[in-house]
Amino acid sequence: SSWWSHVEMGPPDPILGVTEAYKRDTNSKKMNLGVGAYRDDNGKPYVLNCVRKAEAMIASKKMDKEYLPIGGLADFTRASAELALGENSEAFKSGRYVTVQGISGTGSLRIGANFLQRFFKASHDVYLPKPSWGNHTPIFRDAGMQLQAYRYYDPKTCSLDFSGAMDDISKIPEKSIILLHACAHNPTGVDPRQEQWKELAATVKKRNLLVYFDMAYQGFASGDINRDAWAVRYFIEQGINIVLSQSFAKNMGLYGERAGAFTVICSDADEAKRVESQLKILIRPMYSNPPVNGARIASMILNTPDLRKEWLTEVKGMADRIISMRTQLVSNLKKEGSSHNWQHITDQIGMFCFTGLKPEQVERLIKEFSVYMTKDGRISVAGVTSGNVGYLAHAIHQVTK
Amino acid sequence: AYRTDEGQPWVLPVVKKVEQMIASDNSLNHEYLPILGLPEFRANASRIALGDDSPAIKENRVGSVQCLGGTGALRIGADFLRRWYNGNNNTATPVYVSTPSWENHNSVFMDAGFKDIRTYHYWDAAKRGLDLQGLLSDMEKAPEFSIFILHACAHNPTGTDPTPDQWKEIAAVMKRRSLFPFFDSAYQGFASGSLDKDAWAVRYFVSEGFELFCAQSFSKNFGLYNERVGNLTVVGKDADNVQRVLSQMEKIVRTTWSNPPSQGARIVAKTLASPQLFDEWKGNVKTMADRVLLMRSELRSRLEALGTPGTWNHITEQIGMFSFTGLNPKQVEYMVKEKHIYLMASGRINMCGLTTKNLDYVAKSIHEAVTKIQ
Repeated sequence: SSWWSHVEMGPPDPILGVTEAYKRDTNSKKMNLGVGAYRDDNGKPYVLNCVRKAEAMIASKKMDKEYLPIGGLADFTRASAELALGENSEAFKSGRYVTVQGISGTGSLRIGANFLQRFFKASHDVYLPKPSWGNHTPIFRDAGMQLQAYRYYDPKTCSLDFSGAMDDISKIPEKSIILLHACAHNPTGVDPRQEQWKELAATVKKRNLLVYFDMAYQGFASGDINRDAWAVRYFIEQGINIVLSQSFAKNMGLYGERAGAFTVICSDADEAKRVESQLKILIRPMYSNPPVNGARIASMILNTPDLRKEWLTEVKGMADRIISMRTQLVSNLKKEGSSHNWQHITDQIGMFCFTGLKPEQVERLIKEFSVYMTKDGRISVAGVTSGNVGYLAHAIHQVTK
Repeated sequence: AYRTDEGQPWVLPVVKKVEQMIASDNSLNHEYLPILGLPEFRANASRIALGDDSPAIKENRVGSVQCLGGTGALRIGADFLRRWYNGNNNTATPVYVSTPSWENHNSVFMDAGFKDIRTYHYWDAAKRGLDLQGLLSDMEKAPEFSIFILHACAHNPTGTDPTPDQWKEIAAVMKRRSLFPFFDSAYQGFASGSLDKDAWAVRYFVSEGFELFCAQSFSKNFGLYNERVGNLTVVGKDADNVQRVLSQMEKIVRTTWSNPPSQGARIVAKTLASPQLFDEWKGNVKTMADRVLLMRSELRSRLEALGTPGTWNHITEQIGMFSFTGLNPKQVEYMVKEKHIYLMASGRINMCGLTTKNLDYVAKSIHEAVTKIQ
């Protein structure tokens, strides 16, 4: 007999299931719109030029492979903080922050979750928007936190339920933790406008909530890194000492290199040092110290003026292609003769789009047209190309007319 | 970390070569790895630990999870055990760590949620060797189903390993008392210079029919410290059990780091999969192990030539990166303050810090410390 006889088979990952089915499909017109990674206009993965250059520069330096400090590569963490906060940020310049390198977005979120579990005694309730990235809930749960929700997405309009969100958030018990997507909300693509962010900040401040920002798409959403970080920076300027998780998976295409960072805005530099010491104590028994490769690449790019400029151009290029696909999808739907309002497709932002399609319609798209997406009607716009956007519009029209 | 005879870090020549191959391969990109890691890495890593002709591999009852270094492998294993071993979420299951051990072992299992972490006898300071009777006695007294962290080879920090016969005794007690073996294998190849020799204990336990975990690190034997390359090898009773275990480990990985970093795994996979590169790697590993072995024998012979009081055979009998010299805290303080030789208060020295240039100085300093200070 085995120690593991009672171990249940874990449920299959819903998104992987989409890709598995796509792979088996023999239809030459098939489209994988489940993929959460950027694709170029030929549907291929895209390695940024600035990344290739950074890699060549790193290789030529012939560096050793000695362990990084527990908190990661200092040049990387400092540059990550500056990227998020802005070089003119008072919090950044005064040093009243700590940034540790994390294993991309997930690892950074998890470090933060563990830190809050251990040191935020006021509450273990984390409020997520409805809906949120599927992995948020298990991350916080495994860290020992409880999950709650606030209204966010309005399926009737395929946009933000702002009054519902404000209503719910104004009733969140004081000192609870609220998680906000900094930009390019995943999975809906629905972001608050700046005036709405201002109202959210005021409410959150009034309720004395601890704000946890998840920023996985800085630069990738609008094409402008400063615009995409506006909410994060505004909140800090309003005196809200946020915690923040960053990922460089999408905006630098460094997916498998796991480059990310977790930041805590503190009262002062002394507090930041104390917080840092506790973060290290959390990290050490997880994986000792972080992987160097992605951090070195990101650091090289952020800290080398020419590469940084090139990166900003490339990230804008990716964002622009996504925006262009949104526009083309809507115009193609019009050309097909669809009478529905598809404005939300161009109103939404980032990699993902909540189409508003119902499960039955999604199933038809998969079965009849080999267009693969998740059952909630979410598509990854990154999987759309100028070569297949017409087909996609045709398919969507067929199942919605 | 390993140091050359010039006292410098050493990027293995085979690693440099493979990195260039990877860099010039334009078919490679930076896409996500699967949650459990790079398949070619996982299979080859477990094969290294268990042996090419491992019956467990042939019987398809071995699973692998690519993790962030040995620490990451220990942590995923610990997280899984806390959820699924000895009942569901049984945080009361005792976990035994050797005295002394790598200090992070305690933290890993504590942060994984285990509430009862105990010690088992290991180092006999008086005879400067393994306290086998103490160890076996602790295993006899341990509650059934307790988890034991075993160092596969090159025990950290003592450098003292059980002999094969002693391992057999340990295995017999563990089997009889239904204790769970969780091996920490951070130095395979690096200890003796032979991959097979350094894996003997793990393979013996497998041949005795144990279900076990083995946390592997490729930090030292590949010199890939900062790339965080590790593997958790799971040996189960059959394929079905292993499959279910892996599916649950996947859920744990997903909320910890989602998927592991690709660079280091690619280097190791490419090296292990190519007979030529594999041989080259074994040569590089032997170079490191041989230098450490040489430093051990040179230090011992100098101490014996100087007539330093006490016996010094433990220096060459111990194995791996570290040596428990037997120096007491006062003697250590003398070494640090007067001689500027840095070692741990426990008397542990890192043999990699020795070079042909400093051997005489170190030997003389130890001699002074031992004769001047009691």
